[in-house]
Amino acid sequence: MSSEVQVQTGADVIIKALKEQGVDTVFGYPGGAVLPIYDALFLQNDIRHILVRHEQAALHAAEGYARSTGKVGVALVTSGPGATNAVTGLTDALMDSVPVVCLTGQVPTHLIGTDAFQEADTTGITRQCTKHNYLVSESDRLAHTMHEAFMVASTGRPGPVVIDLPKNIQMLPCPVYVGKDEVQRDSYHVPSHGEMSLIEEAMDRLAKAQRPIIYAGGGIVNSGPRASELLRELAALSGVPVTNTLMGLGSFPASDPQFVGMLGMHGTYEANMAMHDCDFMLNIGARFDDRITGRVDAFSPGSFKVHVDIDPSSINKNVRADLPIIGDCAAVLEDMVNVWRKKNHSIEAANLRAWWGQIDAWRSINCLEYSQPKGGVIRPQHAVQRLWELTKHRDDVYITTEVGQHQMWAAQYYRFEQPNHWMTSGGLGTMGYGFPAAYGVQLAHPDALVVDIAGDASILMNIQEMSTVKQYNLPVKIMVLNNEYMGMVRQWQQLLHGERYAESYTDSLPDFVKLAESFGWKGIRCTSEDQLDDAIQEMIDHPGPVFFDCCVEKLDNCFPMIPSGKAHNEMLLGDASKEEIANAIGGAGAALV
Amino acid sequence: MSDPIIRRTFAVIVDNEPGVLARVVGLFSGRGYNIESLTVTEVEADRHRSRITIVTNGTYQILEQIETLLRRLVPVHKVQDLTTDITTVERELAMVKVVGTGEARVEALRLAQAFGAEVVDASLEHFVFEIKDAEEAVNRFIDLMRDLGLVEICRSGVIAVARGKEAI
Repeated sequence: MSSEVQVQTGADVIIKALKEQGVDTVFGYPGGAVLPIYDALFLQNDIRHILVRHEQAALHAAEGYARSTGKVGVALVTSGPGATNAVTGLTDALMDSVPVVCLTGQVPTHLIGTDAFQEADTTGITRQCTKHNYLVSESDRLAHTMHEAFMVASTGRPGPVVIDLPKNIQMLPCPVYVGKDEVQRDSYHVPSHGEMSLIEEAMDRLAKAQRPIIYAGGGIVNSGPRASELLRELAALSGVPVTNTLMGLGSFPASDPQFVGMLGMHGTYEANMAMHDCDFMLNIGARFDDRITGRVDAFSPGSFKVHVDIDPSSINKNVRADLPIIGDCAAVLEDMVNVWRKKNHSIEAANLRAWWGQIDAWRSINCLEYSQPKGGVIRPQHAVQRLWELTKHRDDVYITTEVGQHQMWAAQYYRFEQPNHWMTSGGLGTMGYGFPAAYGVQLAHPDALVVDIAGDASILMNIQEMSTVKQYNLPVKIMVLNNEYMGMVRQWQQLLHGERYAESYTDSLPDFVKLAESFGWKGIRCTSEDQLDDAIQEMIDHPGPVFFDCCVEKLDNCFPMIPSGKAHNEMLLGDASKEEIANAIGGAGAALV
Repeated sequence: MSDPIIRRTFAVIVDNEPGVLARVVGLFSGRGYNIESLTVTEVEADRHRSRITIVTNGTYQILEQIETLLRRLVPVHKVQDLTTDITTVERELAMVKVVGTGEARVEALRLAQAFGAEVVDASLEHFVFEIKDAEEAVNRFIDLMRDLGLVEICRSGVIAVARGKEAI
């Protein structure tokens, strides 16, 4: 044993700050510029490091961890390529407002600007894809910066924060440490409560509405579980129909009769029609994304729009709000519920009855209905439906997705009852998101059932992570809806480009069962409906990781669909004729994404 | 019917730290907003605060976005709209090099005096005029110099402050 006194280094301060922030898991990949941090990690046992196989996955895993826990996800990557590989994950977290802190190594301060080995201008590159970023160039600022980064990432509208850490700062003695409670930033303001007079006006108008709807988004999930409870309370008190965005799924229970399903491009007929025809819209924690609104000038033309958002720049960005309320969803909802009670508000029963009568008529169209031939080829909708049926008795099921048709089918056919149980890349639409997100979720919830509903193309974008999952023996399940196509690309080519399927066929796919086995996973393949339930059950029951290659109908389209450039009341339904599909999108719509 | 394009001047008080100007400028370039003029200098050395003056234009909706997006940046303390609701004093400094001899040269000097511009450098064949005025006056002066041998223009960009005793 050496008797020399250990001097606190920058790396020690980094670890100390992470511990003080309650971090128990870091997703990372070592490299030259972060070796001192890895050394400090090695010498402690409180923080677990998960070795990813690509830095993009570290960010998505941190996102999955964050979204399923409400805590900040942490990633640790090296300089240069480590940082640039993280950019997609950072942008994803920015678009979907996920609290993530990413520590990036940097060359020593005296080498910055010399085009040193593995040098990249990380703060320059990530400035536009983070909520904020830092380059720590003085040891004295290190602890403060660490804590400020966590504060910025997790408060207000959450988002990713990068801390770029030159190697010499990590190695030098760093005697200064400040605790997280000592850290504040004068210029950084976080709205909490909404303005009471506006909340009262919103509730007055809701009480007088004839055709009201609540449109709730991911802001409810980000605001914490209490916001979801309050949303349920307000809905129950008022009797108003509720629709969720893709990001908001789970914030209102799918089984609740007042739930009209997801809205938007692939939302339900009843949700979109109700949005179009409503006379009062209460948007809580959603941002009028183009996937939601369809044609903006035809979006919900006759409604009075209340928009609750913690980010003032979300107000009037895409759709003009008649009554904007800046505040945290939970705080605003709490005030709304209290006002509603205190003023003994209620909506005219006859009006509400007529509105629900109309909604039920739309519902009776059964827009999500599909036919599944007995013993035939599996319809992808059916695969998700059966997964839900076979797991709905559990309250510890987490679903992640990649991006494409399977993502929409998962959103449509898996029914979420609780917030924080659904992780998908909504804003950026990142193929390769779902798998690393799934093991991020699994690490936070070791005994839960975590299923990445994937596509055959998306899953290949981070397939190397099978090695990570094996290393930590995480029981993650991948369920690929394998149609041998980039299905959503193929669908758009069918709708927009005369069925010319340019490069959307995923040729030369691996044998996924053998691939699984080569990584030490269990592999399952299923090709017909009569084996589906057994295969799903086998996947669930296996204690380790499973790759389930679920071979589905190759040319299925995702319906219902609001074609690009169309309004909510111009949906294509599943039984649309071929001509209707071929002519659905006009020239102007084709230019949209 | 397209919405009218409005011109607006914003004063932005920021922490003077590395990258802060890039954050502000990146907000404009990343979202396709225009910058007509931009000035930035530290104004409170002890508190490390800088003042950025931005002249921009856009529809009402875009200007509203610009204001809220500026406020959203972590190092931004204050954003003041110096066009709506308040009256302001706006100034710009320009240095203008005019080369010529004979009557054009005399005329240039005469006009400079009329505009209150100062001669800050001169030879027998050139003047450098310094003019400090509202942007439109600077524009007018420069336009007049074009026919009188104007060879170089250097402008500071607009700075502006609200009238009255209230501080930002």
